[in-house]
Amino acid sequence: MDLRFTGEEQAFRAEVRAFIRAHLPAGFSQKLKQGRKLTRDEQTEWTRILHAKGWSAPHWPVEWGGTGWDPVKQMIFRDEIQQFPAPELLSFGVSMVGPVIYTFGSEAQKKRFLPRILTLEDWWCQGFSEPGAGSDLAALKTRATREGEHYILDGQKTWTTLAQHADWIFVLARTDPAAKKQQGISFLLVDMKSLGVTLRPIEMIDGSHEINEIFFDSVRVPVENLVGEENKGWDYAKFLLGNERHGQARIGLVKARLRRIRELAAGVPDGGRPLLENHTFRRKLAALEIQAKALEMTLFRVVADERDHEKGKPNPATSILKIRGSELQQATTELLMEVIGPAACLHHDDAGPEGYDWARGSMASYFNLRKLSIYGGSNEIQRTIIAKQILGL
Amino acid sequence: MDFTLTEEQQLLKDSVTRFLGDTYDFAARTTILATPEGQSAAVWAGFADLGLLGLPFSETDGGFGGGAVEIMLVMEAMGRALVVEPYLAEIVLTGAILRHAASVEQRAALIPALAAGECRMAFAHADPEARWHLAHVGTHAARVRGGYKITGEKVHVPFGAQAHRLIVSARTSGLIGARTGIGLFLVEADAPGVTRIEHRTQDGARIADITLSDVFVPDEAVLGDTAGALPAIERAYDEVIAALASEAFGVMDEAVSMTVEYLKTRQQFGVAIGSFQALQHRAAEMFVVLEEARSMAAYATMALSETDAAARSCAISAVKAHIACAARFIGQQAIQLHGGIGVTMEYKVGHLFKRLTVIEQQFGDRDHHLDLLANAESLLESL
Repeated sequence: MDLRFTGEEQAFRAEVRAFIRAHLPAGFSQKLKQGRKLTRDEQTEWTRILHAKGWSAPHWPVEWGGTGWDPVKQMIFRDEIQQFPAPELLSFGVSMVGPVIYTFGSEAQKKRFLPRILTLEDWWCQGFSEPGAGSDLAALKTRATREGEHYILDGQKTWTTLAQHADWIFVLARTDPAAKKQQGISFLLVDMKSLGVTLRPIEMIDGSHEINEIFFDSVRVPVENLVGEENKGWDYAKFLLGNERHGQARIGLVKARLRRIRELAAGVPDGGRPLLENHTFRRKLAALEIQAKALEMTLFRVVADERDHEKGKPNPATSILKIRGSELQQATTELLMEVIGPAACLHHDDAGPEGYDWARGSMASYFNLRKLSIYGGSNEIQRTIIAKQILGL
Repeated sequence: MDFTLTEEQQLLKDSVTRFLGDTYDFAARTTILATPEGQSAAVWAGFADLGLLGLPFSETDGGFGGGAVEIMLVMEAMGRALVVEPYLAEIVLTGAILRHAASVEQRAALIPALAAGECRMAFAHADPEARWHLAHVGTHAARVRGGYKITGEKVHVPFGAQAHRLIVSARTSGLIGARTGIGLFLVEADAPGVTRIEHRTQDGARIADITLSDVFVPDEAVLGDTAGALPAIERAYDEVIAALASEAFGVMDEAVSMTVEYLKTRQQFGVAIGSFQALQHRAAEMFVVLEEARSMAAYATMALSETDAAARSCAISAVKAHIACAARFIGQQAIQLHGGIGVTMEYKVGHLFKRLTVIEQQFGDRDHHLDLLANAESLLESL
């Protein structure tokens, strides 16, 4: 047993950090620190910078543009990106549909779609949830009816993140209405420009436009856009959901936010003294740092286990990372808001008083990040996964 | 970054688990607790035969050269079996004092007998008014011809009434609370002026309150620097907290296993109660807390190899604060999910809960360590 990273791993961390420092366009980091969102062009610009270095899909097989890094290096890369902070890779292509395509897709699909994910020429979004199918995803009703060389797609998807930027959407649709719930579902790749696709923005609690509803009205999808076999889509969806293994802890973001809290607290006045000298505050901060350490050590164990043992098999321990990762992100956002105090109440769209620019967005972020324990399989769903798959209840 | 065990470590783990499985089931433990001594000489001899008593000492000192990982494995197993014998206090804590403060000659004279189980030793440090502040030493060592005379009170000395020898911390200079001026003294337990009163603790262990009045200690029984013992004491406490974290993990692991088993077997409303989602989610949360505790025990173990004392102590305080919370949560949940049987003496889970509750208090509770951490630099920047 040894907690330390190897010399090679430390050198790799330094290399990643130096690369980000040298190549991240000006202003991106500041924007992220303030909880603001990057534009589509900014995300694309950064993805292409990473792609030029060969780093835009670290965990993919080398033949499709991956890096060949082991899970430890992948974790370090992610950690550095999050801590800097630099923009994270857009998950919908790289982490979600990409692995499904290179694992289950046809050669033609691989050649057509994978290179365009690496460069973000295609922005993907996820068509899973429906108004009547949230946690109970298999209750989905969107239908795809075979008609010659096409499927005719009808239905509605919701909570579709950043669909307003998307070129393509991967959709779970029912191809066999007579089959039992999880059977009879297929995994389709749909061009967002197809006739009959309508998008309606949903305004989030912080006023941001992040999520959308999508309506499919007799959309014609070529059969060549079916991934794998018809009616096997549920298996691919499970693969996709279990695939994001150690990414869910997002411990780098937590560490970055904790540092920012400490930095801000040193300058926030608290009755004539810096807030950082307030013992109650210091205890709160220390308590969160302990929790961050516990999560990080657990992440290390999961990643080391993945490196040393079976690859590619979803690890139910990932549910721990999802639960604690989301809770800790939320808790640190709460503390950030508390540090800022009354100035946190200012609306983030209005210019605040001089010197309070950094305060803007802290309460909005707190509102927005309540989503973390809801999406990606709610924390209650994760507890059920632990109870059933790990504890055997 | 490596969490795997070597072949020797795996072997050690298996042999301790097998030994405790054979000799230390819940009924055997109950019998041991009912004896006047509250511990078993046979079990202690068994530990000596297995090499556990000499485990943390270097081979040149007559030990087996085990490190923090080996102690972690032993303590986990001790936790699962709820071992009441003072391995933690005597071998880990008192042993660490010997390793870090005693001279080569003193180690050669003391460690072989300790490792053989022939000489039982205890470390008497806690001052009645110290709570958990290690520098708060009120016991006084006055210089006299050929040695020192020690006067003061020590409390909560684990199995201190049954030890043959005591290591006593005492102040040779400075005010109470000062970091310098503390020395360590080897005291024969039956020396004139030593009075010991034994008490039972809630987890079945024994502790002693020890009064020393003008107890003479010759110069050769001083361990190390008469005024500079605190760093060694702090190091020893860091080591014992790391070991305690592993024991706590073992106790919690057993509590979670028993609870999950109970949920699968206990029937109500015609079904196993583990089919109820309210209980499933509680059990899942116990599992999450348990896995974090396992991570923190490993973190503590590995932090001991950190050479910077401040960084090491920060890490250890983080672990103790975390483990204390985990222990309380898992202990309470285990009782609740067992229902009535959980609050009886006849069933093991209640004893796991009691041990966990005592563990919370040992060597500093959550508030104490959170305070230490709050007053220090950021944990993120230390280790």
